[in-house]
Amino acid sequence: MVERQSPLEPEFHVGSHGNFEHGVEILLTETRPGSIVQLAAWPGEEKKLIAAIRTVTGLSLPDGAGGGLSDGVKSVFGFAPGKFTVADEDEGLAAAFAKAVTPAIGTVTDLSHGRTAIRIAGPKAEWVLAKFFAIDFALTAFPIGAGRSTTHHDVFAQIQRTGADQFDIYVFRSFARSFWKALCHASEEVGYEVQ
Amino acid sequence: MLITCPYCGPRDVIEFTYQGDGNRERPDPASQNFEAWNAYVYDRLNPAGDHNEIWQHSGGCRAHLRVVRNTLTHEISSVAFVRGDHGSAARRKAEDKP
Ligand SMILES: [Zn+2]
Repeated sequence: MVERQSPLEPEFHVGSHGNFEHGVEILLTETRPGSIVQLAAWPGEEKKLIAAIRTVTGLSLPDGAGGGLSDGVKSVFGFAPGKFTVADEDEGLAAAFAKAVTPAIGTVTDLSHGRTAIRIAGPKAEWVLAKFFAIDFALTAFPIGAGRSTTHHDVFAQIQRTGADQFDIYVFRSFARSFWKALCHASEEVGYEVQ
Repeated sequence: MLITCPYCGPRDVIEFTYQGDGNRERPDPASQNFEAWNAYVYDRLNPAGDHNEIWQHSGGCRAHLRVVRNTLTHEISSVAFVRGDHGSAARRKAEDKP
């Protein structure tokens, strides 16, 4: 396989930045999953799609809107009624789902080259994200594993909480660099490190 | 103004797109009943009070929603999926409620 280039590259500067004299409170990185796949169930086929996700990834989706989980390698979360995003460190997820999700159950869309996954972590992660998105980032309202669909100035974003103070943000690849720059600027005042 | 999406929970109105009056009933596309088509295209109730509306959560889950909004107060008294029930995977848990 050819090495996939990051759209963030010209603006991706490893190291500590901003007001970090008192320590960095934000870690920013690109998780670069090998696969990002979007699944949608036809009406009434949601349960079969959730079963297919379990077969392919080994992950059992919790019930309820926006439910999800991650085992550190594979991640899945609901982002809309009957629709799910699945990411995997490895490539080939779309091919695996194409076998498990029959045309009668729903659709599989390979977004591996269409989305960029940005991870923001650290004690001020909630605080920085609250500057971007008008949603509740408190742990009780947004539990670990759960997903949210929202927008930052017309840049559509899917956010999964993958830790108490860690979030993975999936944005359109074409907007990713601009979003990344904004995220860096927003993190400056608390000090951030790019890894 | 906040709209509580049945999937996503309470969100700012900026995430939604108005899709028009929810009282319209489209005539059969083959129909040549000009009065019915005229009513579908032009006639609106324009009430000062509760109004049935269609909104799309375009900046979120992208579901189409049936919303009842008070045109005097902007109070939203009900929100439901246009498409009906999506099963338990689309239901917000009790603790997720605002
Ligand atoms: Zn929604």
